[in-house]
Amino acid sequence: MIRVKNLTKSFRKRLAVDDISFAVGKGEIVGFLGPNGAGKTTTMRMLTGYLMASRGEVWIGKHNMATESLAGRRLVGYLPEKVPLYNDMTTRSYLAYAARLRGLDRKQAKARIDAVVATCGLADYVDVILEKLSKGYRQRVGLAQAIVHDPEVIILDEPTAGIDPIQVAQTKALITELGKDRTILLSSHILPDVSAICERVIVINKGRIVAEDRIDNLSDTMKSGKRLRLTINGPAEAVSEALSRIDLLLSVTFDKPHHYIDYPFNQEPQAAITRVIVERGWTLLAMEPAGMGLEDIFFKLTDDAGSIQ
Amino acid sequence: MRNIGIIAAKEFRSYLNAPMAYIVTAIFLALSGTFFATYLAGTNYTDTSLAGFLNAAGFLILLFAAVMTMRLIAEEKKLGTFELLLTAPVRDAEIVLGKFAASIAVLTAMLALTLYYPLLLIVFGDPDLGPIATSYFGLLLIGAASLAVGIFASSITSNQIVAAVVAGGILFGLWFLGTATRFAPGGLGEVLSYLSLVDHFPDFVRGIIDTRAIVYYLSVTALFLFLAVRSIETGRWG
Repeated sequence: MIRVKNLTKSFRKRLAVDDISFAVGKGEIVGFLGPNGAGKTTTMRMLTGYLMASRGEVWIGKHNMATESLAGRRLVGYLPEKVPLYNDMTTRSYLAYAARLRGLDRKQAKARIDAVVATCGLADYVDVILEKLSKGYRQRVGLAQAIVHDPEVIILDEPTAGIDPIQVAQTKALITELGKDRTILLSSHILPDVSAICERVIVINKGRIVAEDRIDNLSDTMKSGKRLRLTINGPAEAVSEALSRIDLLLSVTFDKPHHYIDYPFNQEPQAAITRVIVERGWTLLAMEPAGMGLEDIFFKLTDDAGSIQ
Repeated sequence: MRNIGIIAAKEFRSYLNAPMAYIVTAIFLALSGTFFATYLAGTNYTDTSLAGFLNAAGFLILLFAAVMTMRLIAEEKKLGTFELLLTAPVRDAEIVLGKFAASIAVLTAMLALTLYYPLLLIVFGDPDLGPIATSYFGLLLIGAASLAVGIFASSITSNQIVAAVVAGGILFGLWFLGTATRFAPGGLGEVLSYLSLVDHFPDFVRGIIDTRAIVYYLSVTALFLFLAVRSIETGRWG
């Protein structure tokens, strides 16, 4: 449903998106990952017709967005990074406006609004002025407008940004449900948010695709992003040596004064680590989870890509 | 047409929900009413015309237009709602025309509120109704051109103040071209006079509907609406 060929976008001299190609099929949920400033938003803006490409092609369904933008836009529901709410409208009137702009008549709009209000958990807020909504509910209204016209293609830019963990879980469940018979592309810079719901991810950095694969094919580090930070009273090198002998551990790095351990998300190495340290007579001062920064992973991926070339 | 209607209806409701339209209308009515009344008092109530009101109205409408249009597009850019509008299956021209239609509706409502001036004249005197009708027609034309300029100004920035200042600058520039004609020789003066927003208006006040004037106002309107559409299109290229 979404096809992107050699897509490039430059703003004056800055190259924001550099010759990327990918496709997303019907019924697929694809994650679009990258650190801030990687070019995710710019790419999504070109997919939705908000921006024109400098070079390359975007196809939505059978429509080339350069020549048949209106027909393409008709198939797309889009939640921009900055939730596009008119603060003086109520949830209902806003959704009605969004639905009518997308071609629904009054009757269809009313039925669809009732449906999305229920799916997005907005029943208690339909007559509230949008300005008064909390961040989490603003995000929900944003999601509701993206799906109010029941689009075939849904493009979500950071749908889980800035909302609390319960809402994140609800949003993920909703996206999974929607993805059964639609085409969904969602962006995030938070890896676990994406890995739980997407079959496939496209990793982008500095405007280029650095990795694209099914989630279970990507490295464990990619998949999990789990990391422990240890503070150990003992000879650093010997400690590293001993820790790396625990075979289920992925990798050990020493960055004074901490040891970092990256491990697959389905394992719990804490007990083994503790045992090793106690056996050697060292002291474990602290052990705490330290999320592996996505930036680190991107650096790793870009490095990998570089070394292959 | 359908999309223009949807956008116009939404914008019109926004006008009614915000204080700006009411404040501007109140100021407009207070000032124009004062001019209307003081002129009549000045003639010792021997004249039964709208001259006082009309002398001021054109200029007041320029101010009105700059203020009433400044948020139309600039605010959408600032809030990010423009992204919703520009990714909906709606033509850029429909967006501009929808917003223009809403602003024309508000202007018409405001001018309708001044209709009690001629009503007073009819009750207490015997005014010539022809020139009054053509004057209102002329005011609507000036208004349409001014609103189009305002929408263009709003389309080139995400800052409402900048939009209002730019609109004001263009409108006053067009207005005072009329004054410049006094210093310009022959042909150039005539050209400047034709380009001036104000120089076509006196005919309407006298009850004359000059096709050239209508063409002028509609051309200015169309030109600036077109420029607004182009400015949105240009924005899509980043």
